[in-house]
Amino acid sequence: MKNKRGKQILVYIVACIFLVFTAYPFIYMISTSLKTMDDFFANPFRMIPGEFTLDHYFSVFEMGLAQYFLNSVMITVAAVFIVVIIASLASYPLSRMSFRLNRPLFLFFIAGMMLPIHATLIPIFVLSQDLGIYDTLLALLGPYVAFSLPISIFILTQFMQDIPKELEEAAVIDGANHFATFRRVIFPVIKPAVSTVVIYNFVFLWTEFIFALILITSPSQMTLPLGLQNFYGEFSINIPGLMAALTLASLPVILMFLFAQERVVKGLTGGALKG
Amino acid sequence: MISSKKKRMNAWTILLFILPALLVYVVYVVYPIITTFNYSLFDWSGLSADTTFVGLGNYVSLYMDRIFWLALQNNVLIVMASVLLQIPLGLIMALILSSSIKGRRFFNVMFFLPYLMSTVAIGLLWIYMFDPVNGPVNQILMWLGFSPVSWLADPAIAIYAVLFVIIWQFSPFYMILFRAAIVGIPDELYEAADIDGANSKNKFFYVTLPTLIPTIVTSSILAIVGSLKAFDIFYIMTGGGPGHATEILGTYMYKQGFINFSMGYASAIAFTMFVIAFVCVVIIQTLEYLRRKRGILS
Repeated sequence: MKNKRGKQILVYIVACIFLVFTAYPFIYMISTSLKTMDDFFANPFRMIPGEFTLDHYFSVFEMGLAQYFLNSVMITVAAVFIVVIIASLASYPLSRMSFRLNRPLFLFFIAGMMLPIHATLIPIFVLSQDLGIYDTLLALLGPYVAFSLPISIFILTQFMQDIPKELEEAAVIDGANHFATFRRVIFPVIKPAVSTVVIYNFVFLWTEFIFALILITSPSQMTLPLGLQNFYGEFSINIPGLMAALTLASLPVILMFLFAQERVVKGLTGGALKG
Repeated sequence: MISSKKKRMNAWTILLFILPALLVYVVYVVYPIITTFNYSLFDWSGLSADTTFVGLGNYVSLYMDRIFWLALQNNVLIVMASVLLQIPLGLIMALILSSSIKGRRFFNVMFFLPYLMSTVAIGLLWIYMFDPVNGPVNQILMWLGFSPVSWLADPAIAIYAVLFVIIWQFSPFYMILFRAAIVGIPDELYEAADIDGANSKNKFFYVTLPTLIPTIVTSSILAIVGSLKAFDIFYIMTGGGPGHATEILGTYMYKQGFINFSMGYASAIAFTMFVIAFVCVVIIQTLEYLRRKRGILS
C-alpha cells in the first residue's frame, strides 16, 4: 500500500516535469506579450506582468498582421475546399470500383506522402513565373492542393471502403447516375472522414512555410508564417510585440483543438493510426 | 468476387472522377520531380536562360562537397534524436496519461500544445528562449549556478539546441500514437498477468511494451521520412549556421537555389533528397514485408 502511494507520487512528479517542459514556453510567450516594454526590460522573466497591456496586440495588427491573417484564411479555406471536393471524387472509384489501374493509381497518389517537398521547389517556382502568378496568393493554391491530396485520398479511401455497398446499390436501382449517387448517397455518409481531412489540411496549410517562402515576396501577399518571419526581421527588438504576433498566429489552431479535441487529435495523426 | 456488381462504371466515368485530382497532382508533384532531375543535368543560374549541359557533373561536385556530407550527417542526427528521444518521451507521456492520476484531461491538453503551433512561431519563440542575455533558458542555468551558454551561436552546440526544439515540438505527436495504442490493449492481458502474480514492472515489459512494437515501428518510419522534410525550424532558428554547423539538406538546397542562384546544383541536391527518400521507403517496405511474413510463420 505504501509502495503504491510512492509510485503514485512519482507519476505526479514526472507528469509535472513534462508539464513544465511543454507549457513553460507558452506561458513565457503569453505573459511577455502582455507586458509593457519597460516592464519587459525590467523583469523579463516574471510570469505575471507588472501591469497588463493589450497594446502589442493592437499594434501588431496595425503593422500588417491583419493582412497576413486574412491572406492565410483565404488561401487555406480555398485550398481545403478544393482538396475536399477533388480528393473525395477521386477516392470514390479508388475505394469502391474495381478496375485494372485501381491499385497502381492509389499507390501513385499516396506515395506523395513520403516525398520531400524540396524535390519540387524549383520547377514550381519556374512554373508560377511562367504562368504569371508568381508573388500572388494564387501561386500557392496549386502546390497546397497537390500536397494535401495524398493524405486526403488515403483517409477518404480507408473510410469509403467500409461503407456497405447496399447503400449505393439502392440508389443505382432508383436510376441515379454515378455522380448523383456520389453526391446524394456517398458524400453525406463520409462526413466524419471529411472533417478529419479538413482539420489535417487546415493545420498543415495554416502553418506551411516553404512554398510561401519561395513563391511570395511582397508583404501584401504574405501568409502568416512568412509574415511572422518578416516581422522578426523588422521588429526583433520589440520582443513583447513579436510574442503578441506569435500568440495571435497560434490561436486559431489552439482554439480549434480546445473545442474539438478528439476530432483534432484524429485529424492530426491522420492515417498514421490506421497503419 | 465482391466486385462483380461494383464495376457498373465504365472507364470514362472513372476517369472523370479521378481526373481533377490526377491533373493537379501530375502538374504540381510528378512533373516537377521529373523536371528537377532534368534541371540537375545543367549548369543554370535560374536568373537567365543560359544553360550549359553538364551531364552528371553536378552530382560529381555534390559527391565531393564537404558541406553536402555535413548536411546529410545532420539529417541523420535528426533521425536519431527522433527515434532515441522523441519516441521514448512520447511513450512516457502516453503512459502518464493512461495511469490513474487526476487531471488527465488537463495534462493531455498541456502535453499536446507544442504540436499545435506553427513551426515558424516555434522557431521564433525559441530564439528568444535561447537568447544568451535575456533568454529564460540561460537565466535558469545561471540561477542553478551554471555559466550562460550561447546556444545558437556556438557551432558545437547549435545543432543540439535545434534538436531540442524539434523534440519539444514532435514528442506530443508520438504521445498521441502511443496513447491510442495503449487504449487498444485488451484488459484481459493485464488480468492474466495479475493472476500470474506479475508486478507493474513485469506488466510493462511483458504486456505493454510487446503490444506497442507495431506503433514503435510506425513511429520510426514517420520519424525517418519526416526528418528529410525538416526545413522550417532550421531555416528560422539558425539558417544552417553558424558557418554550416546546422546545415541540413533542405537548407543547403534552398541556399544554393534561391540565394546563390545555382539552380542546377540545387536541383541535384533536391533530386538526391528524392532518391534518399525513395530508397528509405523501399527498405522500410521490404523490412515490413519480411516482418509480417515472419509474423505469420511464427
